[in-house]
Amino acid sequence: MSDFPWLSVLIALPLVGAALVALLPREREALVKQFALLVSVVVGVLTVVMAANFDTGGARFQFEEKYWWIKEFGVHWAVGVDGIALTLILLSVILVPLVILASWTEADRSGGTDVPAKRSAKTYFALLLALEAAMIGVFAATDVFLFYVFFEAMLVPVYFIIGYFGGPQRSYAAVKFLLYSLFGGLLMLVAVLWLYPLSAKSPAEGGVGHGTFLFSELTQLTIDPTTAKWLFLGFFIAFAIKAPMVPVHTWLPDAAQQSPTGALVLIVGVLDKVGTYGMLRFCLELFPGAAKWATPVVLAFAVLSIIYGAVLAIGQVDMKRLIAYTSVSHFGFIVLGIFAMTSQAQSGAALYMINHGFSTGALFLIVGFLIVRRRSARIHDYGGVQKAAPVLAGMFLIAGLSGLSLPGLSTFVSEFLVIVGTFSAHRWAAILAVSGIVLAAIYILWMYQRTMGGPKVPAVEGMQDLTAREKWAVAPIIAIIVAMGFFPQPVLEVINPSVKETLVRVDQRDPAPKVTGNVAENGARP
Amino acid sequence: MTSHVSAALAPGGDIPAPHIEYGQIMPILLVLGVAVAGVLVEAFVGRTWRYTVQVPLAFLGLAGGFAWTIVLGLRDETHAVAAEGALGVDGPTLFLQGTILILALVSLLLIADRGTGSFAAQAAALPGSEAEQRTTAAGIIQTEVFPLLMFAVGGMLIFPASNDLLTMFVGLEVMSLPLYLLCGLARRRRLLSQEAAVKYFLLGSFSSAFFLYGIALLYGYAGSVKLGDIAAEAGRDAGSETLLLGGIALLALGLLFKLGAVPFHMWKPDVYQGAPTPITALMASCTLVSAFGAMLRVFFVAFENLTWEWRPAMWGVSIITMIAGAVIAITQTDIKRMLAYSSIAHAGFLLTGVIATSREGLSSTLFYLAAYGFTTVGAFAVVTTVRDAGGEAGHLSRWAGLGKRSPLIAGVFAFFLLAFAGIPLTSGFTGKFAVFKAAVEADATPLVVVGVISSAIAAFFYVRVIVVMFFSEPEADGPTVVVSPATAAAVVLGLAATVVLGVLPQPVLDLAGHAATQMFVR
Repeated sequence: MSDFPWLSVLIALPLVGAALVALLPREREALVKQFALLVSVVVGVLTVVMAANFDTGGARFQFEEKYWWIKEFGVHWAVGVDGIALTLILLSVILVPLVILASWTEADRSGGTDVPAKRSAKTYFALLLALEAAMIGVFAATDVFLFYVFFEAMLVPVYFIIGYFGGPQRSYAAVKFLLYSLFGGLLMLVAVLWLYPLSAKSPAEGGVGHGTFLFSELTQLTIDPTTAKWLFLGFFIAFAIKAPMVPVHTWLPDAAQQSPTGALVLIVGVLDKVGTYGMLRFCLELFPGAAKWATPVVLAFAVLSIIYGAVLAIGQVDMKRLIAYTSVSHFGFIVLGIFAMTSQAQSGAALYMINHGFSTGALFLIVGFLIVRRRSARIHDYGGVQKAAPVLAGMFLIAGLSGLSLPGLSTFVSEFLVIVGTFSAHRWAAILAVSGIVLAAIYILWMYQRTMGGPKVPAVEGMQDLTAREKWAVAPIIAIIVAMGFFPQPVLEVINPSVKETLVRVDQRDPAPKVTGNVAENGARP
Repeated sequence: MTSHVSAALAPGGDIPAPHIEYGQIMPILLVLGVAVAGVLVEAFVGRTWRYTVQVPLAFLGLAGGFAWTIVLGLRDETHAVAAEGALGVDGPTLFLQGTILILALVSLLLIADRGTGSFAAQAAALPGSEAEQRTTAAGIIQTEVFPLLMFAVGGMLIFPASNDLLTMFVGLEVMSLPLYLLCGLARRRRLLSQEAAVKYFLLGSFSSAFFLYGIALLYGYAGSVKLGDIAAEAGRDAGSETLLLGGIALLALGLLFKLGAVPFHMWKPDVYQGAPTPITALMASCTLVSAFGAMLRVFFVAFENLTWEWRPAMWGVSIITMIAGAVIAITQTDIKRMLAYSSIAHAGFLLTGVIATSREGLSSTLFYLAAYGFTTVGAFAVVTTVRDAGGEAGHLSRWAGLGKRSPLIAGVFAFFLLAFAGIPLTSGFTGKFAVFKAAVEADATPLVVVGVISSAIAAFFYVRVIVVMFFSEPEADGPTVVVSPATAAAVVLGLAATVVLGVLPQPVLDLAGHAATQMFVR
């Protein structure tokens, strides 16, 4: 069983599914949807089976496969997962079937207040499945070149989903999304290219003697500090755009406002995690010295993202934009946790990636259901929804409360870990970041109050509550949010070994109480 | 002259016949032979039969040449100078000739396509004249296109194989003169086409003159036009540096003109737009391959010891070519002009591989040329299928909503555009990665940074076309999509190559790497 090429199959399966969906006749819309759902469920089940075989005490990377792909460039088809990648893949494959379920009708798939002319369902579902393949691939890749390939390949389906199925400003949003990501990606490409001659140097000069992109070999390089700083920047800017951090976040609100809500769940929930995942995996482990060099600036931007994102969220009148800005704030927390470089903070950040995926996913899905009913995402078009649609309002409340990190819900655990872990190393960053929690209470509760509470506005009169299909799409996420709020331990057990490895790599020990600041030597390794 | 000949003859001795390795240069001979045969066909075969004879003849010539090249490649004993030192038959030559022949075959599919009717009924009839109406009404199809094409391809085969500058000049002219003519043969918008031809001819003649002047200076410097001799002379560091540097500059100017590098790119948009689209496809693929082949040979062989002299200038040319190509393309509204500027930007990317002056630089440039050639032929093939009442719908706004009207052809075109933009899993990415990697290894990282930035700029206008095709609503009287089998075959070939070279590039990379192992012969 252990020889089974789990990850390759998991990447290939949605891709084949996407091709088959694209070949189905356009008129058989029901068949298209059922088949897409079937494929995504099979992928989900397979992933869960794989995850069950994951040995938390075993080797860091498991289910590894390695074949030559482009020998000329020293590129392998190399995949494998550690705890962090595994949980992110699980997040993706759980969200995809739910998104497909939530995008069942034509109205679900239109991104905004007006329905564009009839779009073909099979295009949408084929793109979703292609996106799923790329998402699994990007987390599974253990070859930097392969990672880059998936990183860029992921953009294409999203671009078409936003541009084809989005709201009135869809082509603007799609192009903005693509160009931002592409620009970041190209900067990363230079850094990736640069790694090749560095690795080709002889071991005496700090290389490994042959050009390679394998993560396991690249971590053995000794890169001179100046070069490492440039390379770090190449990767970091790409990931900061992806994550997104202030000041390169501006594509997200536009993409969020225009994108169909189903795909938006994946964009914010999973795609953006590639940014933070990349920081954790590549920026820190490939360039530990440079990462420490950059820490003060990165922390400053993280705190800025937390506060700025939250403040802007308060001022939004469009619910999708509002949630997008809250995500900017949450990504600030994740980056803070990663660069605090303590085990608590990094575990918290890794867990935060998962929790944020679920909680934001649930929020977006429910906002999507509201838009289907009222054809508007504007807050002031709603009021008193809880009287007309109590189940919808209830689910919205739970998802919202998880967004503001209420104890007992999953995000509380991760946010707490991040802040505690940061406090021990960078006290002021943690203190400033806490203000993000207060602001979160304002933007979530105020949005809930204005849309769900108060007297019913005429347009909400007779609003239909969640249908069975919609409940099935959201309930699993809500269940996960609650379950992980009370029992985060199993997930932490999967994540922690990987975090430890990362910290060993950057040679960072948790500071003893009362000791602040950096104690480790720059770049030195045991 | 007479005395010389009689002196040689006098003692009953033989004239030393030049030794020609017919086997090694057979692809060139075959293509030129078919061209001559094509002229005879024009003269002696009746009008109704000409097309039926010319097309198979041209196909056989190109396919035969291609097959012969493959055989030469397989025999792998080919690193020799042929035809008394005039032609170098080595790995790069065979790779380039094979690429040119196969791309010419794909272009021939477009040229031979009668359904699209790209060529004027009678080129000599003035636009708007009675003669034009008469010939058009009579449904005459001119077939002189085929011999002209074969001559041009013959020149393209000689150009990158030439081992001395005079042969190279002959190759250049044999390639260029038929192309000037072919550019003026468009069936619709003939004035534009003829203007393009004249412009191409005039500017091309200037660049040829510069090229020739450069040869003269280099001859003055080295006392020989052989590339190897020039390199040897430059290695001795003797002679007049003025002649040498002047020669390099003028020669480079002629070559850079042919491949459309800024600031010698002015002809490209006009010619690409005005020429019949199948000819544009031929020029954008085969001519570019051929010109880069010659460029590589001249700079890798003759000027190999002088990299310090020419590299800074080439850096500059490469940088402004990449940036200007990408930036100006943004403002274009005609699809063929846009592709022309895209081709200029790609010439800039390719130059980074030349600047690397390493084995990796050579092999990556070879690979990039093959990859780009197929994609570009495919893209122009798509352009021929989108048609209005007045011919091809060139204006970008006419392509609005094509994704709705004809999702397949729009999807294929979008894929080609993504390949031009260098999105992974397309041949465009593999090629770009290869040349940039070679450049980084040759310590030209700043060049790669510029390349990457202009890729990002270029992505904007590729993406804009996708936006127009897919995200805007179709016009009521939009163009129709007419795909004939031959064009479809060209599109499919271009698509297949773009996918395969993107996903599984290893075999072709090996081929290019193998071709480059022994570099160029002297």
